[in-house]
Amino acid sequence: MADFLMPALGADMETGTVVEWRVRAGDRVRPGDVIAVVETHKGAIDVECFLDGVIDELVPLGQALPVGAVMARVRAPGEAAAPAAAPPPPPPEAPRPSPPAAAPQAATAAAPAPPAVARAPAPATRARVSPAARRRAQALGVDADALAGTGADGAVVLADVERAAAAQPAHAAKPRGFDPALMRQAIAAAMAKSKREIPHYYLQSTVDFTAAQAWLDAWNAERDAIDRLLPAVLLLKAAARALVAVPALNGFFADGAFRPGDGVHVGWAVSLRGGGLVAPAVHHADRRTLPELMTALRDLVQRARSGGLRSSEMTDPTVTVTSLGDRGAESVLGVIYPPQVALIGFGRIVVRPWVVDGRIAPRPLVALSLAADHRASDGHLGGQLLAAIDAALQDPASL
Amino acid sequence: MTETEIRALAAEVLAGIAPEADLATVGDDEDLRDALDLDSMDFMNFVIGLSQATGRKIPDADTPRLQTLRSLVAYLGG
Repeated sequence: MADFLMPALGADMETGTVVEWRVRAGDRVRPGDVIAVVETHKGAIDVECFLDGVIDELVPLGQALPVGAVMARVRAPGEAAAPAAAPPPPPPEAPRPSPPAAAPQAATAAAPAPPAVARAPAPATRARVSPAARRRAQALGVDADALAGTGADGAVVLADVERAAAAQPAHAAKPRGFDPALMRQAIAAAMAKSKREIPHYYLQSTVDFTAAQAWLDAWNAERDAIDRLLPAVLLLKAAARALVAVPALNGFFADGAFRPGDGVHVGWAVSLRGGGLVAPAVHHADRRTLPELMTALRDLVQRARSGGLRSSEMTDPTVTVTSLGDRGAESVLGVIYPPQVALIGFGRIVVRPWVVDGRIAPRPLVALSLAADHRASDGHLGGQLLAAIDAALQDPASL
Repeated sequence: MTETEIRALAAEVLAGIAPEADLATVGDDEDLRDALDLDSMDFMNFVIGLSQATGRKIPDADTPRLQTLRSLVAYLGG
């Protein structure tokens, strides 16, 4: 019997609340299964289980649990369920977060009652929904197309959406996004910790993006929009490759020592509409092809904004990369996300004068930066990382 | 497609990308990316959405013509 614990989904997380179980007691779970949705300051996260067996003793919904508290127990395959064969029950002082007496009540209160009002069967054709109603519905997490409209010609209007939202149980009515105020608190806590504890050093280089841009233009010219690549994937891949060559900047600083990451899992900084930031992992970014990375980024950005990030994506990043995109500032000096030891930044690609073979020529340039933890590395090593990223971008076909 | 249909389509595609954005507040010659705070990924998704809804190939070189409502209407209506 193994305990399944509330994971720490970020440096700043103290508690999490199970808002949905995706499994029932007695279900078989396998490593990687999403078993619960946990509400955190960074929004609702799909929590994966890395145990194998039959799950039981699920905690009730709606209770804030500290990180490390038992969420459920998993019996290994073949481990007998009968009490006689089961291991002794946990000692009374084992951290059981919920007093049993309170449990049924909490579960009842949080259990989603199906919305009784205004739910028409899914229409065969798209319902007429006013733009204002559609916007409000998206904000409130209501499926506007499934509502019965009371407007002219049966169109769904604002009032229908408001009514449907009011009829939903409290937690289900919340959009699967994030609360900007809580998000701000989470960022504040993590960044204050970073600035308090991590002795940052910073390096900057300017990279000629001509070769990469030419390669990208040729790739994109003949392809459908869905198969095109953004400069961001080249930057991501170049950074991931360079981290393989300079592993001392890929990993964690904890308990007074650097511990290298078990793979290059790049936390990709995603700016959220309405304010806020999250940097979920692109796992093994160094080993994936550019089209795979493009698909991964598209999926990650979508889920970062609408909810549905997975716990491993929150816990696994070994480094953070931020790319400001085509409307961002020209350069960025980042704040390291603890316990990581480095943050790689790319500014907007700008056309500027550049010296090529002794002559000035207009060239697309990108400001590349590194913020790194001086406890784990020195500037000399950081410079090697930037040089390796530059070199990778000069040979885009190799990415 | 008529101009009305194109504008409705643009609004619908954008609603999926930037739910809080209101196309009614955007001038015909304003850059949609600035007006609605769309990043490169958002704009690419906008192009994909328009391409898929119209069944029309939109070459990469043409995508600057989708940056304002006026040029977008001209491009997709043409």
